[in-house]
Amino acid sequence: MIATTLTTNLAILALAGYLGFVVISKIPNTLHTPLMSGTNAIHGIVLLGALVLLGYGSAGFHLGPGLDDFSKALLTVAVAFGTINVVGGFLVTDRMLEMFKRKPGKEEGKKQEEDGKR
Amino acid sequence: MSAPIGTVFIQAPSFIYCLYIVAFLLMIQGLRGLAGPRTAVRGNRIAAVGMAVAVIATLLRPQEGNWGLIAAGIVVGTLIGVPAARKVRMTAMPQMVALFNGVGGGAVALISWVDYRSHGSSYATHTVLNPHTHLPVTVAGVATYVAIFSVAGAIIGSISFWGSNIAFGKLQEILPGRPITLGRLQQPLNVLLLLAALAAGGALVDGVHSELLFIGMLVAAALLGNFVVLPIGGADMPVVIALLNAFTGVSAAATGMALNNPAMIVFGMMVGASGSILTKLMADAMNRSIPAIIAGGFGGGAEVAAAVADGKARSVRSISPADAAIQLAYASSVVIVPGYGMAVAQAQHAVRELASELEKRGVEVKYAIHPVAGRMPGHMNVLLAEADVPYDQLKEMEEINPEFPRTDVSLVIGANDVTNPAAKNNPSSPLYGMPILEVAESRAIIVIKRSLNPGFAGIDNELYYDPKTSMLFGDAKQAVSEIVAALAEV
Repeated sequence: MIATTLTTNLAILALAGYLGFVVISKIPNTLHTPLMSGTNAIHGIVLLGALVLLGYGSAGFHLGPGLDDFSKALLTVAVAFGTINVVGGFLVTDRMLEMFKRKPGKEEGKKQEEDGKR
Repeated sequence: MSAPIGTVFIQAPSFIYCLYIVAFLLMIQGLRGLAGPRTAVRGNRIAAVGMAVAVIATLLRPQEGNWGLIAAGIVVGTLIGVPAARKVRMTAMPQMVALFNGVGGGAVALISWVDYRSHGSSYATHTVLNPHTHLPVTVAGVATYVAIFSVAGAIIGSISFWGSNIAFGKLQEILPGRPITLGRLQQPLNVLLLLAALAAGGALVDGVHSELLFIGMLVAAALLGNFVVLPIGGADMPVVIALLNAFTGVSAAATGMALNNPAMIVFGMMVGASGSILTKLMADAMNRSIPAIIAGGFGGGAEVAAAVADGKARSVRSISPADAAIQLAYASSVVIVPGYGMAVAQAQHAVRELASELEKRGVEVKYAIHPVAGRMPGHMNVLLAEADVPYDQLKEMEEINPEFPRTDVSLVIGANDVTNPAAKNNPSSPLYGMPILEVAESRAIIVIKRSLNPGFAGIDNELYYDPKTSMLFGDAKQAVSEIVAALAEV
């Protein structure tokens, strides 16, 4: 069973990596800064790890002694870090992308006007 | 005392897994949206929904609680994250991204640490005293692969956290931007630290029961993160930030493997792929191998400048904003070459104003964007987008280089190394072989620069001594505004 979990997860890992390369290769240089801040938000997924561990509580995980107060403090910091990533990352990316969005319409409008004049 | 059927259903692992699958699809669809400026805003929002689905799914799991701590963490994170995201200036994006990278890597290191502690500080089967009941309990060991991924996540996360903090310090100018090295000791020390972290990790995987060893491993990785980024000069920052981005993503995926959480694996790998692609692009754009950049010591500074300047008395031609205005007004094509100096001076709005004035006079204006201009991938594009420059005027290196010979005036604003002709014709230059914007090919060049000091990389620029080049000394924003004012009188 352990081997099955491992191999299934390895398959997910490999396919996700491959898909990531395919999708992200198509992103133009112009958008590389928003891409980076967007990926900042995406690696906020580590939040899940902190939530999972905190969820086990002091009942214990893997029949272990569970979380003591120090562990809980560390996880709370990890939750905060993850939240900073998710919330901050998506917001700042949105702000940035809005600035890119405004332009094309205006420019195309201008172009069409010029074309019309011609 | 059986739970209502609805609760049983939404808490079922299969249901949660299905929500994760929905989250993957949303995330991939969102990233596809980033392929064009038109679809990007929606793409980012779709990705955010995917993230929300993944977080909610995780919170649905049957859990003991700790809701107070979860809420506290989320509230604190939101209180820090939202104002930071709202207020950050576009010029400060590299710092912001570095900081966010670090925070993510730090979270991974903390999670791996707690994971280890919750196994009773050993990955092997052993007996410990339960801290709550004070009774001995036998703790089951974990599969070797779980231990390996957990330790790997801890090491990479710790390197990323500390490396990113140093990168942040350098970009924010809390730390000096120039390379800080230990000289010849640097490389052996870094190798030693890496080996120490790996040896500690190996021992932990093997089942050694010692939390101190785990902390030691985190510290070795932390020192490595510091020592790897400290010697890196400002010009190499785009590569470093992209690389740290990849590190954080990979560490998240590794922790996902250890915790058997597919969402962490998929999202982490997406970030890992993105960071790797950007690292490769940036390194190619500088003609430098990634290992060479990590080895550091780029931009020898004084010696290089001296070597270039030897013998010949070199003089530059300095002009006034009024002269520059005349030159620009009577040109038929102008290419603006922005660099980090434009970002520092917050000159993007003034530059846009200048371009509009010139366009009114029938001058054709384009912008030449080098892939590593600025301090992170795409830095210049974001600044110019902020100033409302249409993105179809922004030309990439391959596209604009053939046009320089037909360009009347190239206006270089705070860009340095990416215009240095030495990269093409001086094999002894550290820049030799780097693809550059061939500004020197244009009919005339105006360079706006604060002083003749070499750039962040510490390498003298031969372009400034070209007889076709005029230097306009001053702060980029002020100089450009003065040109705009002078244009009115031409």
